[in-house]
Amino acid sequence: MSDIEDLTTTELLRPSELVKPIDRKAEAEAAGRGGRPQADLSVRLAGIPLRSPIVTASGCFASGKEIAEFMDLRVLGAVVVKSMTLEPWQGKPPPRMVETPSGMLNAIGLQNKGVDYFLRYDLQALNAAKVPVIASIAGNTQQEFVRVADRLRGAPGVIAVEVNISCPNLEDRSSMFSHDPKATAGVIGNVRRCLEVPVFAKLSPNVTSITDIAGAALDAGAAGLSLINTLLGMAIDIETGKPRLGGVMGGLSGPAIRPVAVRAVYEVRQAYPDVPIIGMGGVMDYKDALEMIWAGANAVAIGTANFIDPRSTLDITRGIERFLVEHGIRSLSRLRALSGPRSSPPAPSATPASAAPSPGAPPSAPLSRR
Amino acid sequence: MKQYTGEVLSHRKHGEEYHSLTVVAPDIAASARPGQFVNLRPPADRYYILRRPFSICRVNRGSGWAATIEVIFDIRGPGTAALAAMRAHDPIDVIGPIGQGFAIPKNRQACLLIGGGVGATPLFFLGEELRAAGKRVDVLCGASRASRLVNTLELKRLGAMTEFTTDDGSVGYHGLVTDLLPNMIERCGSEVLYACGPRPMLQAVTAIAIKYRLPVQVALEEQMACGIGICLSCVAPIYNQKGTGVMHVRTCLEGPVFNGARVAWDRYGTDLDEADGPPGN
Ligand SMILES: Cc1cc2nc3c(=O)[nH]c(=O)nc-3n(C[C@H](O)[C@H](O)[C@H](O)COP(=O)(O)OP(=O)(O)OC[C@H]3O[C@@H](n4cnc5c(N)ncnc54)[C@H](O)[C@@H]3O)c2cc1C
Ligand SMILES: Cc1cc2nc3c(=O)[nH]c(=O)nc-3n(C[C@H](O)[C@H](O)[C@H](O)COP(=O)(O)O)c2cc1C
Ligand code: FES
Repeated sequence: MSDIEDLTTTELLRPSELVKPIDRKAEAEAAGRGGRPQADLSVRLAGIPLRSPIVTASGCFASGKEIAEFMDLRVLGAVVVKSMTLEPWQGKPPPRMVETPSGMLNAIGLQNKGVDYFLRYDLQALNAAKVPVIASIAGNTQQEFVRVADRLRGAPGVIAVEVNISCPNLEDRSSMFSHDPKATAGVIGNVRRCLEVPVFAKLSPNVTSITDIAGAALDAGAAGLSLINTLLGMAIDIETGKPRLGGVMGGLSGPAIRPVAVRAVYEVRQAYPDVPIIGMGGVMDYKDALEMIWAGANAVAIGTANFIDPRSTLDITRGIERFLVEHGIRSLSRLRALSGPRSSPPAPSATPASAAPSPGAPPSAPLSRR
Repeated sequence: MKQYTGEVLSHRKHGEEYHSLTVVAPDIAASARPGQFVNLRPPADRYYILRRPFSICRVNRGSGWAATIEVIFDIRGPGTAALAAMRAHDPIDVIGPIGQGFAIPKNRQACLLIGGGVGATPLFFLGEELRAAGKRVDVLCGASRASRLVNTLELKRLGAMTEFTTDDGSVGYHGLVTDLLPNMIERCGSEVLYACGPRPMLQAVTAIAIKYRLPVQVALEEQMACGIGICLSCVAPIYNQKGTGVMHVRTCLEGPVFNGARVAWDRYGTDLDEADGPPGN
């Protein structure tokens, strides 16, 4: 850096007051005191009681501080924070984002400030905001995952740990952890052993059989599954012929991937009727969230939608509430009883083709009005 | 930062190539600073889903409850095309004002504003504020051709001295703004430089500022998914305070305005970490 003086810090006046107070009226409404009809949205996720099934998707909500300017975080079931690693990571060079039809590609490269920064600053803020936290962890080696998990042991307000295994496995340089059942089981098993809280394995859709990877994660002790991470994609500039992302390839998210996500949740639900599932991928409104619940998700994580509207999670929560009230259903668990788990689950299917027509996942009768 | 549904007050063609959208957004107008931007949500379409960021070109705080902000843009793709189709009274979802704007010097008087193409839009707001603070304002503005200079008339009014350059020589000096910059600095006795426009221009302006040992503030434009600080898509490589290391810093909240000397221009496109991160996310 040049030694010319940095006026931004020494001499110039800076606009300081960028942060406006929260809109109190919206907050009161959000907390259900706005005189609207209510339904009980609480769910249990791997034994953890959550006030709502709506959570945030890792990497799409930072640690909540920015969104707290737009809405009250207390409406959320939990905040799933950006994946953290042992050391700070700087991530991929820009450009990191390309918009695609009904979606976006990102190549952030897991930029984060490291687990110690999280514990010191972000977690404190989230605890003060009184919102349950699901900590997402990542690493390039099994040892790195374990050391991050170890630091999180007993962290206040951390109700679960989500293991983002969509990282390249530097030990066996071939692929991502989540592309291989053995590597998946290795990481999940080791992480689980150093934590008391439930461990969720976040799986990649870029595999031949997601149920096989899910099985490996569950056998290794995962309490639940997060489905799905982004789909690997790429965009090329036609003027130059060069990749449009600094990281060359990127993760596709948004409405474009929703059918893939619904299929993945459905398929895993068919194979494992009782496993706790956080469903995500392209959920933009309450209808999409209900679709994910019908497919078998116990909780629904909202990702890309937050970028478009910072109050998406609030709108989706209200939408589900309204839907239940309008259909005369008092609680989400009632709805869930209509949708499953099925009394006689179909046998785990090896291929999506045989899973798709199996009866029983959507309710056989339409929701009754009372 | 506020989110709300504003209302389009007017949409005008601006010169041959640009569009201007004036939006009633009193809270944003009240607190906006030059260099800050708004994130507009164009009417729905199945090809795009994200908001579009635009520099605040001007604010009108005068009319109280109907205070407005103005943005000027050119049609690049579907998002800007949809915005260009908006008419008076259309509702529009807007978030703003976002980011760190340009800082106004306490002690220095002669400010040189350097703009390139449509990137010059924040100079109007900035120039007015600087003049209101009693500064001398000079303007150097360049573009590929005459029709891509934003409001030359207004820029002439703004600057004690105003110079234009075009790549094709259709107006003003035939060449780049950086060809004229050293001469302009000396003639105007410039003490602070402000620049907004394409990245190669910002880099070249910074190099000249460093040579003249002048403070320079640049407004960076990166691809933004959220524009509110939650996705980390908008980062630029920035030197830390001590100048000992480079970090990826969000341009939406920590920027878009940075000290040009703290931008690690030659680190764009390079990995800052030894370890190669994963593809995606
Ligand atoms: C802080 C900030 C302030 C901006 N201010 C203005 C402004 O005042 N006036 C204006 O006309 N534009 C401005 N831009 C750029 C503007 O956001 C893009 O032109 C717009 O998003 C393009 O949308 P689109 O759907 O029309 O085109 P798309 O189909 O999204 O893109 C078309 C072309 O425009 C390029 N483009 C897209 N986004 C950007 C971007 N962020 N920066 C540079 N190029 C981009 C794409 O790479 C592509 O080549 C600003 C960008 C930022 C980040
Ligand atoms: C910009 C961006 C950053 C992300 N970062 C992470 C991350 O750090 N860890 C992770 O497990 N998933 C990450 N994801 C994936 C999301 O959590 C989610 O699985 C995916 O985007 C699908 O959901 P959506 O379509 O609702 O966004 C990221 C996604 C995006 C778009
Ligand atoms: S655009 Fe999302 S963090 Fe800056």
